[in-house]
Amino acid sequence: MEEEGQLLAALRAGDEAAFKQLIDRYHASLVRVAQAYVPTRALAEEVAQETWLAVLEAIDRFEGRSSLKTWLFRILTNRAKTRGMRERRTLPFSSLESDDGAVDADRFRGPDEPWPGHWSAPPRGFPEERLLASETRGVIEDAIAKLPATQRTVITLRDVEGWSGEEVCNALTLSETNQRVLLHRARSSVRAALEQYLEDDAT
Amino acid sequence: MTYSPFTYDELSCQELVELVTDYVEGAMPDELRLRFESHIARCGGCRTYVEEMRQTIRATGSLTVEAVSPEAEQALLEAFRGFHR
Repeated sequence: MEEEGQLLAALRAGDEAAFKQLIDRYHASLVRVAQAYVPTRALAEEVAQETWLAVLEAIDRFEGRSSLKTWLFRILTNRAKTRGMRERRTLPFSSLESDDGAVDADRFRGPDEPWPGHWSAPPRGFPEERLLASETRGVIEDAIAKLPATQRTVITLRDVEGWSGEEVCNALTLSETNQRVLLHRARSSVRAALEQYLEDDAT
Repeated sequence: MTYSPFTYDELSCQELVELVTDYVEGAMPDELRLRFESHIARCGGCRTYVEEMRQTIRATGSLTVEAVSPEAEQALLEAFRGFHR
């Protein structure tokens, strides 16, 4: 990327504005990704800070075979994993966490009813005009905050920050399938929270 | 041979809701995608459900991205100056 080449040259020349630009763009995401591996926010912040120092030390040797972003998050993930293990926390992606359905089973017809597995209580649809209200945003934020760390990280990077699936897989060293499973569970939980909020209100 | 509205290989709604992310991510084999689409063509509940998932994604996209704290930024800029002294 042209822009990235210029940014790299500026960084190597000691251009502080270029470094600031990079921090503004990625630091909060680095902390967020680290939180998938280490138990506390403070530790995640520490790992992110260490990552920047490692980047500054290695920037002259960076050959640009991957994008700067990929490189940055690879350094972070390696450090966060090491730190997470030192803190005796089980590796976050060793299991995919809960296995509840996307929708409560009691919303569907039972195996002995006609059309088993089809809706008994179908969704009613979200009123578009309420979707972007600030209260609704609060409901989404709460729902995301309650997710397991790995799901929270994936949905935040994908749907809040707008990363591609490939970028998330690279940064978190996840397979495409696992990335999608985590995203699916996270989105399904947020949808369920929205449904509860929007429908409770309507009645 | 006549087919009932839901044939033997028809997805149930309960199965379909687990496939919505694969569908909207475009990560579905053609054969499954056709079954998915033929289901939502006939099932209002699932059409609504898929639309709710799209609305959820859109609404989540309207959240603000958290910014770096001024303290963290200051500490990092100082480290940067240290490197280039």
